[in-house]
Amino acid sequence: MERRYQWCGITLANSVKASSSGAALELVNIRKEFPGFTAIEDLDLKINAGEFFALLGPSGCGKTTTLRIVAGLETPTSGRVFLGGEDITDTKPHQRAVNTVFQSYALFPHMTVLDNVAFGLRQRKVDEPLKKAQDALALVELSHLADRRPQQLSGGQQQRVALARAIVNRPSLLLLDEPLGALDLKLRRQMQIELKAIQIEVGLTFLHVTHDQEEAMDMADTVAVMNKGRIEQMGAPEALYDRPKTAFVSKFLGQSNLFVGDVVETNDSAVSINLHGNKITVPVARAEKTAGKIAVGVRPEKVQFHESAPAAAAGQNILGPGEIIDIRFTGVSNQYLIEIPQVGSVTVFAQNVGKSPVVELGAQVWVSFKVEHAFGLADLPVGTEED
Amino acid sequence: MAIAGFSGGTAKGSSKRNSKGASKSALKGDRKGAIVAGILLIPGLLYLALFFLTPLVQLVVTALESPDASGAIGAYVYDFNVQNFADVAVKYSLQIFRSFGYAFLATIFALLISYPLAYFVGVKVRRWPLLQRMTLVLVIAPFFISFLLRTVAWKQLLSVGSPLLGVLQNIGLVPHDGYFIGTPAAVVFGLTYNFIPFMTLPLFTTLERLDGRLIEAGADLYANPFKVFTKITLPLSMPGVVSGTLLTFIPIAGDYVNASRDFLGSSDTSMIGNMVDQDFLSNQNYPYASALSVLLMATILILVSIYVRRAGTEELL
Repeated sequence: MERRYQWCGITLANSVKASSSGAALELVNIRKEFPGFTAIEDLDLKINAGEFFALLGPSGCGKTTTLRIVAGLETPTSGRVFLGGEDITDTKPHQRAVNTVFQSYALFPHMTVLDNVAFGLRQRKVDEPLKKAQDALALVELSHLADRRPQQLSGGQQQRVALARAIVNRPSLLLLDEPLGALDLKLRRQMQIELKAIQIEVGLTFLHVTHDQEEAMDMADTVAVMNKGRIEQMGAPEALYDRPKTAFVSKFLGQSNLFVGDVVETNDSAVSINLHGNKITVPVARAEKTAGKIAVGVRPEKVQFHESAPAAAAGQNILGPGEIIDIRFTGVSNQYLIEIPQVGSVTVFAQNVGKSPVVELGAQVWVSFKVEHAFGLADLPVGTEED
Repeated sequence: MAIAGFSGGTAKGSSKRNSKGASKSALKGDRKGAIVAGILLIPGLLYLALFFLTPLVQLVVTALESPDASGAIGAYVYDFNVQNFADVAVKYSLQIFRSFGYAFLATIFALLISYPLAYFVGVKVRRWPLLQRMTLVLVIAPFFISFLLRTVAWKQLLSVGSPLLGVLQNIGLVPHDGYFIGTPAAVVFGLTYNFIPFMTLPLFTTLERLDGRLIEAGADLYANPFKVFTKITLPLSMPGVVSGTLLTFIPIAGDYVNASRDFLGSSDTSMIGNMVDQDFLSNQNYPYASALSVLLMATILILVSIYVRRAGTEELL
């Protein structure tokens, strides 16, 4: 990591000086209908200038359509798009100070790498397009391939050319349409670090569309989770992970253990739920609902298991006993699946640091987690609504 | 080329095996593959030798013949009379110039008409495959009818007294006492019309494969629609433009139907083909007809090789 930033320091010296920094993007009430279905439903979004914003969701959730509307490649059915406070809804793509790194890279096959990168500069009649294109190629460490054709490059190299071709224009907003999707895992992690470093260096606003939750959490300042054409939840990655508000977010961003029960008691500080005779408590501040049927969740790494029944204590939720039905070794941690009668299965991640008890398949265990780690969802997981 | 490709593929496949025996047997397979390829090529080569090379040699030999000493019409003897070429080049300079002039104009017009047509069929209606197939059929449909029949039909439609000519006269394109059939314009019109599918189809084939994402990338990189066309769409469709123009220019330069008096032309519009026709069938001046044919062929060959080199299409693939 340190070396990477040092590398950035070097490139900062010979890279193009930023002519403009990023601008804020605001989407107001965007709706996009295609024949037969609605891709985006009344979407509101605000991205601050200079922010790295990730739009995260499964395929078909409308995230790419949102990006294409910002780029001007699709026209919204209704709603407005503001860039730097200016309404750009009715402008053409070539009139927008927005550049895109396409999922397919879309490099021009009939031009050299250098001409590809210089294309946008030439269209805007910027001085010394070739020199600036060279500098941008140096930024992505591809100067030595400037005279090649894109099809002679590897996937990772093409991806970097696409990135250089976009950022050389110093757009107010850079759109990234899953540009890392086609790369293998190692290269993807490396490119994530580079992308983030470049974003910090050039100070542009990045809107990154991805279905990779790790990528989104790793790179973005703000993550918006999209599902079925709507934004389910938006916030800093830590906040989203710590307190998901819907069942979808809790399952899509990381993993969650969800328990569905009825609220039996609500006081100033906590909500208590009856889970087939077991009592689970959630802080009021972390619950979206305080009455009726509610889903309570906890992250698997926040759950411990015990070989004997732990003593009831304030601030602890205890469930059990249950049986270990699956153990998976993943290197840094073990994943245990514990089946508790009446409650269901609970996943526990235990770091392999020698603190967890050594257990075998079929062992009887109790699980516990802190009240402050539990969260109450606004909705119920699919399939439990009719219980 | 075919043999090289064939054996090359086998060699590549076998080089992965390291054992000596395997490479030996692969070598054997290599030779076997070459023999098979050679056998497969025999019918084609025989055909070319019999129906292309032999007539070509015959043509060149005839082009060099001299008139028989008896002076009888249509009687010639073997010779090496290069003067024939100089004679026809001078005698028919007007027709040669006309042929290439008409071919050039008709090719340009065909390109200007076909490109938007092919773009519409290949790109615009791409999302609806059924509509695409239907429009493609519409483009080709007239050409299921005989070439001669269609040309005669145009003669009827555009001759003096026809309603269509009346319209053209009324809008001032043709003078009221004027005529259209027999003019250079009529011949270029006929040539353009008759060769449009040869232009449209290759253009359609390349435009159909045009990657729409590159167009979007161009727009995203500040290129207005005109720039997107000149910098991206047109360069990427150059293979279609080159093959389309070749497929129209070459046959048009040698065409003799449209320009003939029986169809859309007059004696003032005759092209090389009409002169070959006349020398061969009417004047029985076989050496002149042959020399003119060889001259036409050579000129086209030179023009085409310059064109293909300058168009630089090899860079595209």
